[in-house]
Amino acid sequence: MATTSKQYKVIGEELWKGRAEKTNAELFALTYGALVVQLIQDYEDYEEVNKQLEKMGYNIGTRLIEDFLARSNIGRCVDFRETGEVVAKVGFKSFLNITPSVTHGGLPIAASPTRSSTASPAPTIPGATFTLTLDENPLAEFVELPEEALEGGLWFSNILCGVLRGALEMIQMQVTATFISDVLRGDETTEIKVTLVKYLEEEVPVGDD
Amino acid sequence: MAIFGLWVINKAGGLVYERNFGDGLPRLTSNEYLVLAGTLHGIHAITSRLSPIGPSSGTKFVLLTSLAESTADVVLQKVYEVYADAVMKNPFHTPEMPIRSEGFDRRITALLG
Repeated sequence: MATTSKQYKVIGEELWKGRAEKTNAELFALTYGALVVQLIQDYEDYEEVNKQLEKMGYNIGTRLIEDFLARSNIGRCVDFRETGEVVAKVGFKSFLNITPSVTHGGLPIAASPTRSSTASPAPTIPGATFTLTLDENPLAEFVELPEEALEGGLWFSNILCGVLRGALEMIQMQVTATFISDVLRGDETTEIKVTLVKYLEEEVPVGDD
Repeated sequence: MAIFGLWVINKAGGLVYERNFGDGLPRLTSNEYLVLAGTLHGIHAITSRLSPIGPSSGTKFVLLTSLAESTADVVLQKVYEVYADAVMKNPFHTPEMPIRSEGFDRRITALLG
């Protein structure tokens, strides 16, 4: 039973409302901002800061997924396209109260005639992508990047890419997540592109498969 | 509600948490617990290829209860939530390592008695 986009939105909304404790958005933005600034001072290299933010995000993502799974009761996604939908409508909504829009791309989804009840979900070919377009970004509410940061190539909210990578890796998907554009850099939109590298096979204790 | 024990097994099949409630179960040596947990992990790995359920992060929760127990999955759901909060959100806890968290112990006691 395919869950429709609308149903995901509802689930996301309910999860958000169900959270007993919410954080003051400004405190959150200030904390994150202080973190980025400190990293810039410590590393003095914007590429390195991007990397560190991504690593931190990875650490968060690997933990956050447990919370997500524990609370959302979402079933397994049939393909990578559905993963994108769930990430945007349920994931982002329940944690950040924003719903980025999703566009799908990359290689065409494996025309799997066997959409029957086979054991494994119809896998999407590695190379499939989805792009999240954020209309609002709670991390970057009051931020204006200085010249050096713009030239240095800083992706201010790069922690989000790490979170996506970490969370998806815990549920057996290896992905790369990168910013394509950011309004903080003067672009039209803020977009994160997530590309499926491969599905991770569960480690079976017995010899080889 | 007769719950006798709770085990948490990590992705690699290692036992990271075990707790007994009441004396419904005879005590096993810690080695025996580890062996049992590893066996369960193996079985789980095999059966999950036959009938995949929801997405899982590979962590398994085992609740040992009396046969009459009917609300086991509700309880397990709550245990998972406590795990997500007390364990995963503690930045000093290394995932996959044995769980040594007072917060987790306290909340499990409150939940399972």
